[in-house]
This record gives sequence, C-alpha cells and structure tokens, in this order.
Amino acid sequence: MAFVNWLKRHFVVIAGLFTLGYLLLPNVIVTIFSFNDPKGRFNYEWQKFSTDAWTDPCGVSGLCDSLTLSLQIALWATLAATLLGAMIAFALVRYRFRARGAVNSLIFLPMAMPEVVMAASLLTLFLNMGIQLGFWTILIAHIMFCLSFVVIAVKARVMSMDPRLEQAAQDLYAGPVQTFLRVTLPIAAPGIAAGALLAFALSFDDFIITNFNAGSTVTFPMFVWGSAQRGTPVQINVIGTAMFVIAVLLVLVSMLISNRRNKQKA
Amino acid sequence: MTDVTNKNDNTGDVRLSGISKTYGGFTAVHPLDLTVPQGSFFALLGASGCGKTTTLRMIAGLEEPTSGTVHLGDQDVTRLPPYKRPVNTVFQSYALFPHLDIFENVAFGLRRRGIKSVKKQVEDMLELVQLGEQARKKPHQLSGGQQQRVAVARALINHPKVLLLDEPLGALDLKLRRQMQLELKRIQTEVGITFVHVTHDQEEAMTMADTVAVMNAGRVEQLGAPADLYENPKTTFVANFLGTSNLIEAEVDTKSGDDIVLKAGGGKLVLPQARCTAPTTTGGKVLVGVRPEKISLAHADDAGEIPEGRNRITGTIADASFIGVSTQYVIDSPVCPELAVYAQNVDRDARLVPGAEVVLHWAPAHTFGLDAAQDIDAGIQEEAV
Repeated sequence: MAFVNWLKRHFVVIAGLFTLGYLLLPNVIVTIFSFNDPKGRFNYEWQKFSTDAWTDPCGVSGLCDSLTLSLQIALWATLAATLLGAMIAFALVRYRFRARGAVNSLIFLPMAMPEVVMAASLLTLFLNMGIQLGFWTILIAHIMFCLSFVVIAVKARVMSMDPRLEQAAQDLYAGPVQTFLRVTLPIAAPGIAAGALLAFALSFDDFIITNFNAGSTVTFPMFVWGSAQRGTPVQINVIGTAMFVIAVLLVLVSMLISNRRNKQKA
Repeated sequence: MTDVTNKNDNTGDVRLSGISKTYGGFTAVHPLDLTVPQGSFFALLGASGCGKTTTLRMIAGLEEPTSGTVHLGDQDVTRLPPYKRPVNTVFQSYALFPHLDIFENVAFGLRRRGIKSVKKQVEDMLELVQLGEQARKKPHQLSGGQQQRVAVARALINHPKVLLLDEPLGALDLKLRRQMQLELKRIQTEVGITFVHVTHDQEEAMTMADTVAVMNAGRVEQLGAPADLYENPKTTFVANFLGTSNLIEAEVDTKSGDDIVLKAGGGKLVLPQARCTAPTTTGGKVLVGVRPEKISLAHADDAGEIPEGRNRITGTIADASFIGVSTQYVIDSPVCPELAVYAQNVDRDARLVPGAEVVLHWAPAHTFGLDAAQDIDAGIQEEAV
C-alpha cells in the first residue's frame, strides 16, 4: 500500500524520466558505438572499446568533405531564409497589400506538401531550366523549404509586439533606423533566433530533397545513407555524438548566461 | 536643452489652427482651433471615439493632420516627424521597452540625442518618481503604478516643451488612480511644463486640469475652467457628460428685467437671462437645467415654509438611495419623469421616503438655459468610475 502511495505521488516524475529515457536512448547507443572497434565493415555489434575513431574522425574518405559541405549549405540557407523570412513576416503583419491573404496561406504550402513530391517537382524544374545540379540547386531548395518555418516563428513574435513601442521610440527622438535597431529588432530577436535555429537543423539533416537535387554532390546525410549500403564507419557515430554534445553545451551555456543575468537584475 | 522653468515665454504654447483628421469617409476630428498656454495643465475630455486621442497624436506627430497646422511656440511643427518634435508622450499602456531595464528606459531619449553622461539625470528623475531602488529591474517586474511612473519619468527627463498624456491612469485601480492624479499634478507644478492630458474620466479632468476642453464627435463642445464648465454648461452634452444635470423642457412666457419667466407644466420657473445660451423668443422652447445638488427637497406639508422667489416643482419620490454623506433621490414629476436630487445628510427628514409628495425648490441663479433643439440625452453615459 505504501508503495502504491509512493507511486501515486511520484507518477509525473517517473513518467517524465521514462519519456526522457525513450528520447535519449538512441543518442546513448550512438555515443557508445562511437567507441567501438568493429570487426568487418558494419558497426552494429559491440566488439571492444577503442578511441581510434575519435582520434581520426576524418579517417574515412569523403566524410569530412561531406560534413563541411553540409555545414556550408546549412549556414547559407539559414542566413538567406532568416533574412527573407523575417522580412516576409514583418510585411505580413505590418502592412496591408494586395494578395496578402494569398501569400499568408501559400507560405505554408511547402510545410504541408510531402517532401518527396516537392523533391521530384524541384528536380523537374531544375532539369527543364537546364540548371546544373549541385551546390546551388541544393542551396536554393533548402532556402525554399526553410523559409516557411522562419516566417511562422518570426510572425508569431511580431504579431505579439505592441506597435506603440515603436511609436514610443520615435516619440523619444529615435529616427526610423534607430527605432528598428534599438527597439524592433531586439524585441523580435527571440523569434528570429528560433526561426534561424529551426532552419539550420532542417537544412543540415535534410535527405530527401537534397538527394533528388544534388547531382554528384554529396552532403553529410547522403554520405551516411550511401555508406550504410556498404558498411558503416565508426566515424559517423563520432560526428553524431559530437553534434549532440555541441548542441547540449550551447543550450547549457545560454541557460547559464540568462540565469546569471536574471540574478544580477534581481 | 531649453529652459522650461521660465513661465513668461510662450515657447511651450501649443497652437492648433484648423486642424482636422479624416480616415477615408470618417471624420475623426473636425477643423479645430485650440491654444494651450505655456505651463498649463490642459485636459481633453470626451467619450471614446470623440477624437481626443487623435488630436493628441497629431500634436505628438504620430498622426498626420488632414488639414491645419500645429505650432509649438512660434515653431510650425506640422510636417516634423515625432522624433524631431520637442514633445514627449506618456502612452495609454505605458509602452515601456520590455527588453531594457528601468534605467535604460528612462535614459532612452537622452541617449538618442547623443547625450553621454546620463547617469546623474536618470537617477534624479527616478528619485522624483520615487523609483530609485528599481533602476535595474525590467518593466514586467514592476506594478502598474510603478510602470506608470516610469513612463512619466521617461518622458519628463527630456524636458519637453509639452508633455502629452494619453489616458495615463486608465489601467490603474481607483485608489491608485486618485493617488497618481495628485502625484501628476504635483510633478506638473514642480516642473512647470505644459501638460496636455487626454481622458474620458470627467472627475479626473476636473481634479487635475486648469482648463478642460470637452470633446464630442470630433468637435470641442466647450472649453473652460472646470468649475465654469460645471456651473455654466453651454450644451446638453456638456451638461450631461460633466456630472449630472436635470433638464426640463419649458416654454418662454415673459421677460422681466434680467430674468426670463418660463412655463413648465403648470408652474413657472425663473431663469437669469445671462445664464441662457439659447435664443429666447416668447413662446419658444428652452431646456431648463439645474444640478441635482442645488435642489432642496421639502415635504408637501411644509410647502408653505419655502421662501419666496425660489423655483419650485412638485413631484413624488420614486426612489431614494442612501450613500452615506448624501441621499440620492429620484423624483417623478409631471414636468419631468426622472429628476435627480442629491441631499446632504445633515438633518434627515424621516417623511422623505418613496411615495411621499414633495416640493423641489432651488435658487433661480442656479438655473441654466440651453437650446431646446439639441438632443436632451446627449452625453449621458455609464457613470465613469
């Protein structure tokens, strides 16, 4: 009976821990197997502990090239999509223009459409226009599908922003540029940052659309896919683990900074 | 920085000439002439949608007038953008910058004008509004009243020629609002800057302002000192919007000297000619007005004791509500179905209960006359708290 009561009281915590375990288990496996020394070409069975892969992450030919390419594409796609998306969001919230309603709903189309359909359509488009497949076609495709997510994130933020804040800034001697830099942008920043993060993550691990429109170019997800046919190098786990650790560290650091700032303020 | 303590110059005058604003087919403000003298506390009073806020925003430069000009002192500022006008605004919702702390909110205007050493000024200003301790907090960590004071400090620190206040106390509860009214009045006296205050609360306008302009449907109905507006309303809107008025329809009978004698129902009422704004031709209609607190009530049995020369109306008490310092009666009379009478509770007559026959009487000097061509119910509103 005491146990049942204990269970009742801690049910939420227990459920939370189980969910967390469910979410993190794959990451744990990836991390563990990054220290494996597999026999043969496939890294699916535990053999013995080794740090070989960690000391030589670029040991597999093509892996680090594909990683660099993916990071490059993700950065440029994030930059372009964030810039364009933020501007679209501001326009949609702040201004009344013709076809505003149409733009408002069309912008969500790329999110709703099955990725594989979009990938095939893009390929058709590029081929018909006679554009050489490669870095640029991937970049164009990525900017396109990242855009909707940025627009949504920024729009939510701009909509909740009181237009009187900008009027107050103008009333307090800030010209249009100053008003934008000192008031509008800082207040919209969390929305823009969320949109940018989303865009980066989406672009970095996109496989379907990239695979259709890459030609002979190989991004990191394509490399992983390709090598899975022939054997999986441990280095893939190393890269995966490293990305996970970097992301967790970034979150921790930003939490620490905001905690300290709040403490100073109080 | 300009010297704002000098009350003899006119650089803080606000002069609106023929200013108007139309949105599409809707006229928010009809051509309006208005002069607010330097150093005065001026209130624009009216119900929502009467054009008072639009007028204020045209002074601030946040709204471009459709016609007319805005002058500050001798300077024509009509075409100047808000950030070039020596005018600051306290917004209705305060519009404090959520990403900046209180210190930076207050310093904002100084920094934008390139002033480097702001610390002393900001600290002094926060001291003035009693928020010295809160400098490093964010706006959302403050209470409504504190936020309101930050908004005032943020505007005042720039030593504007004119401070505009857009319903600055609307979001506060009653007690705090009374307190802030006195506080704002104190600050205004202290800094001597021209204040233009927009409000829908007639009590607030009368408590704080030297001059009140009552606005209705995009026009100024009447302008004057609070007591003057209250005692001598020129339109039914002002009579009903500022406090409560009893308006009785009457007919001009004769004129004797400075007085007009009117027929209302079966009785006669006397109205001083000077207090009548309506044209008075014999046989013409006039609205006779009297404030509820000017009327005395006597039980019908005591009718003989009422001194000669007072205006009288008979009726029955329809309702009596006791509210402590006074009792508010509603009297049903043949000349007017619902007359309000406020009686101080000095010596309460136990016979004055609903159903009792009474005589209402008041001094003719307290009577005012209005043009009967107007809507008799104009300006009657849900009592502003």
